[in-house]
Amino acid sequence: MMGVVASTYIILILAMMLADLSYTTTGHILEALQSKEIQYAIKLSLITCTITMVLSVLVAIPLGYFMARFEFRFKKVIDAVLDIPIVLPPLVIGLSLLILFQTAPGQFIESHVRITYTVYSVIIAQFMVACAFAVRTMYVTFIQINNRQEQVALTLGCNQRQSFFYILLPQAKNGILTAASLAWARALGEFGPILIFSGATRMRTEVLPTTVFLEMSVGNIEAAVAVSLIMILSGFAVLLIVRLFGDKNTAL
Amino acid sequence: MITCVDINIKQGEFTLTDVNFKVNKGSYMVLMGKTGCGKTTIMESICGLRKIKSGAIWLNGKEITTLMPAKREIGYVPQDGALFKNMTIAENIGFALRLRKWSKQDIKERVAQLASDLGITYLLKREAHDLSGGERQRVALARALSFYPDVLCLDEPLSALDEHTKDDMLDLLKTLKKNLNITILHVTHSKDEAIKLADHVLKFEDGHVKELMPTEL
Repeated sequence: MMGVVASTYIILILAMMLADLSYTTTGHILEALQSKEIQYAIKLSLITCTITMVLSVLVAIPLGYFMARFEFRFKKVIDAVLDIPIVLPPLVIGLSLLILFQTAPGQFIESHVRITYTVYSVIIAQFMVACAFAVRTMYVTFIQINNRQEQVALTLGCNQRQSFFYILLPQAKNGILTAASLAWARALGEFGPILIFSGATRMRTEVLPTTVFLEMSVGNIEAAVAVSLIMILSGFAVLLIVRLFGDKNTAL
Repeated sequence: MITCVDINIKQGEFTLTDVNFKVNKGSYMVLMGKTGCGKTTIMESICGLRKIKSGAIWLNGKEITTLMPAKREIGYVPQDGALFKNMTIAENIGFALRLRKWSKQDIKERVAQLASDLGITYLLKREAHDLSGGERQRVALARALSFYPDVLCLDEPLSALDEHTKDDMLDLLKTLKKNLNITILHVTHSKDEAIKLADHVLKFEDGHVKELMPTEL
């Protein structure tokens, strides 16, 4: 009985993928790939996801380090704050960002660099969610590494900075890779916040999820499925990287 | 010489009050007591890894109470060895010397000498994982001794070892004590270790310490 329940879910996941595959043909995918708009969306998705990934890792490493290694007041509160982007509905994040850039400080920034409805807003919307996942991953990575090694390094002549760079960071290599892949995958799938904060303008703020949405809304299901498949494949590639390197990390 | 004056440590529920003791240069002091009595805490404070609430710690006539661990020149061997997993054994042992900008050749010679003294030459090229308990402790000892520290702090160095390995390590520690003019602090709950190694014993009981001779145990 339990076996049936458990396997139903797994079969459902695989059936979804198979259905996508059977719905589309290589012809459809090639056609989709030849569209100027979709080419732009692929390019924008790749560029923004990569920038978001780099930013997320750069923020997640120091933040995860402080959370894992230091005790300070209101640590529990900050820990909860870091979960907000994970539990908040994505649309609400987009709306909140939109409103943030309507406030006085937001408007001040807008008067210098236009953010809302531009490529910058795509990156910010992706970053707000993806970074939370990267921070969680780095937090867990650092906390799993016993700080005894860093303490020994301190007695051997290291300062805090050296013990971080010589001892802790090299051992967090796999965790960093996992955090980066997760951030990249989250960013690739991000849609809600981008729709609200960046709009869905073709050749401007159109990323791959936007393409799926736009093609669906005009009834062009074949193109939508073709683009979905591109995303499924890149998602699989990321999962593969996380599995290959992530497990080694927890085994250490 | 290490002098601890009126040390008070508070850490959650646990307190240690007015700890006073002195360890002469070259002497072997065993810190003894039950689990949770604060013996490891005092050792970590001397190494600079834990802040004390009040009191002062002196090392060779210089106050080191608030000095960074790196500036204290104290070798520290934690219970599990805590070898650096991202380095080979040779790199582990030479790490402190690399920080002190020794030349590659000098580091190589010092590491080779330590390894032969401690009987671990065959380990040098290996990675830090999959070493036995005794091997780990020897490597950690070599690493702690590499930079000629004045003081060596050993936190339960024998507790995780089997009987046979334990006897080997006891002999090794006796040899170190005889050959190096170094002050050694050794945390343990074993009376046997104290009797075999100590010049003096510091006994921790109910938040206070008492100094004894090994014969009084």
